[in-house]
Amino acid sequence: MTTPALSVRDLAVRIGRTRIVDDVSFDVHPGQTLGLVGESGSGKSMTVLAATGLLDAPGAVVTGSSRLALGDVELVGAGERTMRRVHGKTVGFVFQDPSTSLNPLLTLERQITESLQTHRGLTRRTARARAAELLDAVGIPDPDSRLDGYPHQLSGGQRQRVMIAIALACDPQVLIADEPTTALDVTTQSQIIDLVRALQHDMGTAVVWISHDLGVIGQVADDVTVLQKGRAVEQASIMEVYDTPRHSYTRQLLEARPLLGATAPPPAVTDPDVLLTVSNLDVRFTVGSPGGRRTIHAVDDVSFRIDRGSTLGLVGESGSGKSTVAAALTGLVVPHAGQADIAGTDIFTVKRRDVKALRRRIGMVFQDPFSSLNSRNTVGTAIAEPLRVHRRADGSSARRFEVGRLLELVGLPSAFATRYPHELSGGQRQRVSIARALAVEPELLILDESTASLDVSVQAKILGLLQRLQRELNLTYLFIAHDLAVVQQMSHDVLVMQNGRAVEYRPAPELFADPADEYTRRLLDAVPPQRPRAGDVA
Amino acid sequence: MTTTDIETDPPRKRVAAWRLLLSNPVTVASVLILLLIVVVALVGGWLAPYGINETNVANALQPPNGRHWLGTDDLGRDILSRILVATQVSLRVAVVSVAIALAAGLLVGVVAGYLRGRIDTVLMRVVDVMFAFPVLLLAMAIVAVLGPGLTTTMLAIGVVYTPIFARVARAATLSVAVEPFVQVSRTMGTGNGYILGRHVLPNIAGTMIVQTSLSLAFALLAEAALSFLGLGVQPPQPSWGRMLFDAQGFLGQAWWMSVFPGAAIFVTVLAFNLAGDGLRDVLDPKQRTMLEARRNR
Repeated sequence: MTTPALSVRDLAVRIGRTRIVDDVSFDVHPGQTLGLVGESGSGKSMTVLAATGLLDAPGAVVTGSSRLALGDVELVGAGERTMRRVHGKTVGFVFQDPSTSLNPLLTLERQITESLQTHRGLTRRTARARAAELLDAVGIPDPDSRLDGYPHQLSGGQRQRVMIAIALACDPQVLIADEPTTALDVTTQSQIIDLVRALQHDMGTAVVWISHDLGVIGQVADDVTVLQKGRAVEQASIMEVYDTPRHSYTRQLLEARPLLGATAPPPAVTDPDVLLTVSNLDVRFTVGSPGGRRTIHAVDDVSFRIDRGSTLGLVGESGSGKSTVAAALTGLVVPHAGQADIAGTDIFTVKRRDVKALRRRIGMVFQDPFSSLNSRNTVGTAIAEPLRVHRRADGSSARRFEVGRLLELVGLPSAFATRYPHELSGGQRQRVSIARALAVEPELLILDESTASLDVSVQAKILGLLQRLQRELNLTYLFIAHDLAVVQQMSHDVLVMQNGRAVEYRPAPELFADPADEYTRRLLDAVPPQRPRAGDVA
Repeated sequence: MTTTDIETDPPRKRVAAWRLLLSNPVTVASVLILLLIVVVALVGGWLAPYGINETNVANALQPPNGRHWLGTDDLGRDILSRILVATQVSLRVAVVSVAIALAAGLLVGVVAGYLRGRIDTVLMRVVDVMFAFPVLLLAMAIVAVLGPGLTTTMLAIGVVYTPIFARVARAATLSVAVEPFVQVSRTMGTGNGYILGRHVLPNIAGTMIVQTSLSLAFALLAEAALSFLGLGVQPPQPSWGRMLFDAQGFLGQAWWMSVFPGAAIFVTVLAFNLAGDGLRDVLDPKQRTMLEARRNR
């Protein structure tokens, strides 16, 4: 075996008396990828930040060792000058959120050439040539003119490509990728995975890839370290982890992966009536742009219907207009044209005095479990809001009782009513959001990417909860998502949207058995397969 | 089971807000100082060892000594007595004028930021016009119309500071109004009153508290400037700002004339700021959890 590019031994991070990272050891070899996998709070990022000397938490004490092969540098406890020499030159970083990792005020050239000029001492001109090469390598078309552009002119996927270009600018020995695809669409995710693998093959970089999703890790990693509560509970090759997982936590993570093939249970209602009919929905936005005012056709002639007690999966990439459909149905945007009828009431032409009654019939759960709850209010106040507004369970003791009942309905103890959102985990918050949406017994529940920002293991539990609630309460779901595996697991019918248009609308079993549209096939191909990629070669 | 991501730590004990407020020694100290200042404002006249207008030119510009603890001014008046008596006027001007500015600015800013559209444009242009006037000029115009006096001074300073509060409140409201939890409320059919009262106001409170405690200091000084021009508090009635202004010409010879009224302003403003910070922390649940944890340890 080659000497590892980065060798970490007995790394530990303590804050006060709590051990956040507990004696973790691993090696990363040139040309190989180490996957670090675990749920949020398992210490994945902490481990890597501590190992590369980037940890900046007040009161954190790091012990153990982390050695870079090149120049034999010890990173734990290294001085600032050593760190500056190493970061960006020997170790490159790609972080999760491409929208905030780039400085919006600097051209791409300035951001890519920064490390080239500090570490390599290149002149402006040679640095620019190298930057253009890098952009070309990460698959940005027309790199030379792009160099003068700004981050806001790029899509999320392109920005992440630029981040990779910056990370690789100085041919680092080690590339740290911290959830680099979590904020991206599935199709973009698979492109980024391919890109990193190809670049790694060409340059022989050692990669540490952090993810909560063992499915993604299966696509990129050669070896895996599974972290739980700061401890490495399993360390093996990716094939071993998939075929013979030894630790129960690893098995749990494997089972939580959204996989194609799991179908939804039959609809809750036999012999259902149609609950929602949307016909020829059309939404346009006017935006100001440098070239004058421009109209964006967000939703273009979309029609669908949902039977009571069933689920319609609405699929598409970001910008496809799927969330705009939800916004139109809940009155957050006014459609340009079209009808929507919920059991006899027209949603778009409803009289002013009937609006409140209508809002009660359609509940909504948003994506972000952090910002969809007001941090100033307790969980109890949040769930009681719709009760107050619609005068259900009047009187404070009746309300308290009802809040407790709703919390238990979504699998939380009723004592959680006095907690504040920041005292809960992401999954718990999303349960609270669901309880709040259910408080006024809506007929239709719109779930707008409601599990997309959760860990896969938590996502699996929330999906289970939603299925149970649908069965018990005869709920009807409009399930909006970008991940087809999740959609297949939940939906009875599926509508695929691209650029505001419906490209395919069919019953789920048919669509997954034989996707007719080329775009649907592309989305399906992007779902991480059941077997790790390393298995293809072996 | 679906409930396996539920940790089973014991239920949290909620602590009343005022108890938390009182568990912070800095806040307690600042609140006590404020109380003391209010008491002085109420009974300052009785505490004063000399009359505020007892002039004694033979005794002029005395440094602090046994008979005049804080010295005397250019007319031989006792500085301590004047500071004590001026407390009431200065405090009243600062608090009332900032209250006017806060109420008006908050109303304008929240309405503009929440409703947006045409109302926002109109209100903000008015605010811009008010901003464009030099502060003193605007205040002088108001005093000129309404006539000088304490009430006019408070009103004028209040009007002058309204645009700042309106701007700050609008900016804060704009960012809160697009938060998903406000959107959720809209989809639930929640009325604007509930959204403003429960979601918007609590979330902009921290910003407004900071702005308020800063403005109190500026209001004290604005009153001084107006008084200096003969438009504010009328002589011989003393105020801290007025005393500070009067002391300008004697900076080199009689430091006590400016240092002691200045110290009175400094202590008051500092107490307001620290009390405001304590209040802001208690109102923010995230800070509150930390305070509670510290208390329960």
